[in-house]
Amino acid sequence: MFRFLTRRVLGAIVILFLITAVTYFLFFVLPSDPAQLACGKNCSNKDLVSAIHHRMGLDQPVYQQYFDYIRGIFFGRNMPDGQNCAAPCFGFSFANDQPIWPLISDRYPTTFSLAVGGSAAFLVIGVGLGMLSAWQQGKTFDRVASSISLLGNSVQIYFIGPLAIALFADNLGWLDHGHDPTWTSDPIGSLNGLVLPCLVMSVIFWSNYSRQTRSLMVEQMAEDHIRTARAKGMGSKYVFYRYALRGAAASIITIFGIDLGSVFGGAIITEATFGLHGLGNLAVNAVFSLDLPLEMAVMIFSASAIVIFNIVVDAAYALIDPRIRLA
Amino acid sequence: MTTLTKPEAQPTPQGSEHFLSVRDLYVQFATEDGTVKAVDGLSFDLDRGKTLGIVGESGSGKSVTNLAILGLHNPRNTTIAGEIMLDGQELTGASERTLEKLRGKKMAMVFQDSLTALSPYYTVGRQIAEPYMKHTGASKKEAKARAVEMLGRVGIPHPQSRVDDYPHQFSGGMRQRAMIAMALVCDPELVIADEPTTALDVTVQAQILDLLKDLQQETGTSIILITHDLGVIANTADDVVVMYAGRAVERGTVRDILKTPEHPYAWGLLGSIPRLSADVNVPLAPIPGSPPSLLNPPPGCPFHPRCAFAETVGGDRCRTERPQLPDGRGSACHLTVDQKRDIFIEQIQPRLR
Repeated sequence: MFRFLTRRVLGAIVILFLITAVTYFLFFVLPSDPAQLACGKNCSNKDLVSAIHHRMGLDQPVYQQYFDYIRGIFFGRNMPDGQNCAAPCFGFSFANDQPIWPLISDRYPTTFSLAVGGSAAFLVIGVGLGMLSAWQQGKTFDRVASSISLLGNSVQIYFIGPLAIALFADNLGWLDHGHDPTWTSDPIGSLNGLVLPCLVMSVIFWSNYSRQTRSLMVEQMAEDHIRTARAKGMGSKYVFYRYALRGAAASIITIFGIDLGSVFGGAIITEATFGLHGLGNLAVNAVFSLDLPLEMAVMIFSASAIVIFNIVVDAAYALIDPRIRLA
Repeated sequence: MTTLTKPEAQPTPQGSEHFLSVRDLYVQFATEDGTVKAVDGLSFDLDRGKTLGIVGESGSGKSVTNLAILGLHNPRNTTIAGEIMLDGQELTGASERTLEKLRGKKMAMVFQDSLTALSPYYTVGRQIAEPYMKHTGASKKEAKARAVEMLGRVGIPHPQSRVDDYPHQFSGGMRQRAMIAMALVCDPELVIADEPTTALDVTVQAQILDLLKDLQQETGTSIILITHDLGVIANTADDVVVMYAGRAVERGTVRDILKTPEHPYAWGLLGSIPRLSADVNVPLAPIPGSPPSLLNPPPGCPFHPRCAFAETVGGDRCRTERPQLPDGRGSACHLTVDQKRDIFIEQIQPRLR
């Protein structure tokens, strides 16, 4: 298990290195002159542009710039103009000259909470429904559940989001309107504000998971080793949970690993729907204001999150299936 | 399980009772295409400490019969009728609860393909210990000790450490040994071995069969050995039932079946065994045709479309009249006793050399 994890972590480091390198070169080397962007429109003063070049370190060779950038993330650095940028340093925003990292660290709790809360919601609801359907296979519950799943699969967050706000927050008053979490100062209020966004976000996912879980469980129940377990005299519930679910869980986790990227994507759409201020909101603003360092930082941050969660998912997979562990 | 017709409760004579007695067993599956009559009026008996071989091609109803004894069919699409008496207890129509207590404890099963029949997610030791804990109420520790003991008994080296291995870390032969250990962990009185050696190579096959025989001598269990291989039967079984299309077509001691088989199907089975001493230039004689559809079995004798001797019987008896299997030694065939003997001696036996 230790070797497995080590290998995965080393692999992840390589992937992150590649992601940062490609993004960096795309943003800073290819299309336009960042100095021109930073200088603003109608900036034709050659001296001013070259001064900005120097300030941003753009007069250095590209590999040196990249090296400085990566070093800055880990150790912080002094910019060529003498400005200090503490670790983790992603540079300064073109738009307002603020250091990037505080902007991100301000926003990521919202996105992160949404992604984790939404995942928990759709895994619990989706897998639970799927298991019940498989247990009740062919009966009324199963049919109703698969119809609901189909319905849930065909709606969008920005469609049911406002409907859910209108119904549960405005009319019934059961749940809070979504708002940004402030975990340290108001944990209960934060939880309240996240319930509705997380549930809405989970809808588009759990329908898929309930159908997958149902068919995986039905498939598992027809396996030879299930029959063996029953032939040993193990009860049908025991066999269902201990044997069939264990087999299905491995596949569910695989699907979840593939969906991780969409989970973060879904979190970003949910933020927009509920007017939350997360990374998605930040990234969209960065794109509109051509704030390259900010875009770059959001991208590296999200990529790292996905890579790290992937390792967690792989570790969970290895825990569930011993054949993976030793491979 | 649903029962078509509840058999009348008959006063059964105690003492002379067989340990396992199957009477007029019918197993039918409802499918989209119609009703599959997988077992169609099967009867056999098994005494304590004896081994019964059930022989037949794929789809002849061997495995279905034995899953019915354990009550492992899906009740939603399966209808089981007839009588299965195990040690005086009626099993058809018994509640799931009753069956759960018997499975693994009084009757156990060794399955064919040990790679798929064992769960890949749990250690071999845990899978062996599980039924022991359930049926004897043993603690985890006791059950694990028992699992180690069982692994040792079935001849797995270093059981102390192998007990924590997963099935995929075992070789095919060792997995099959572990399956046997799992079946025997609660000292069952009936072990059903469903093609226990089919997935194994020949040398390992012989070891596994010897192991089953040794364990039977130690514990005195009864064994039902399901196989399509008469060679497996030869060294292990006491009595043999030959099945075809869900019915028993011949019954006798293992010596009867191998030395003086009476049914043309049994002749075919014997003829299709490769022999080392045979002339290499003479091809094996497979039984022509394929097993009949159980959705729509042929009328009369189900074997007649493949039978070379239907003409000998004369008329269209084979096509219209279903031959009955007499009690005890005998075969379900319209040929007369003399005809059977003559055909076997004159036409079949010379080909078996």
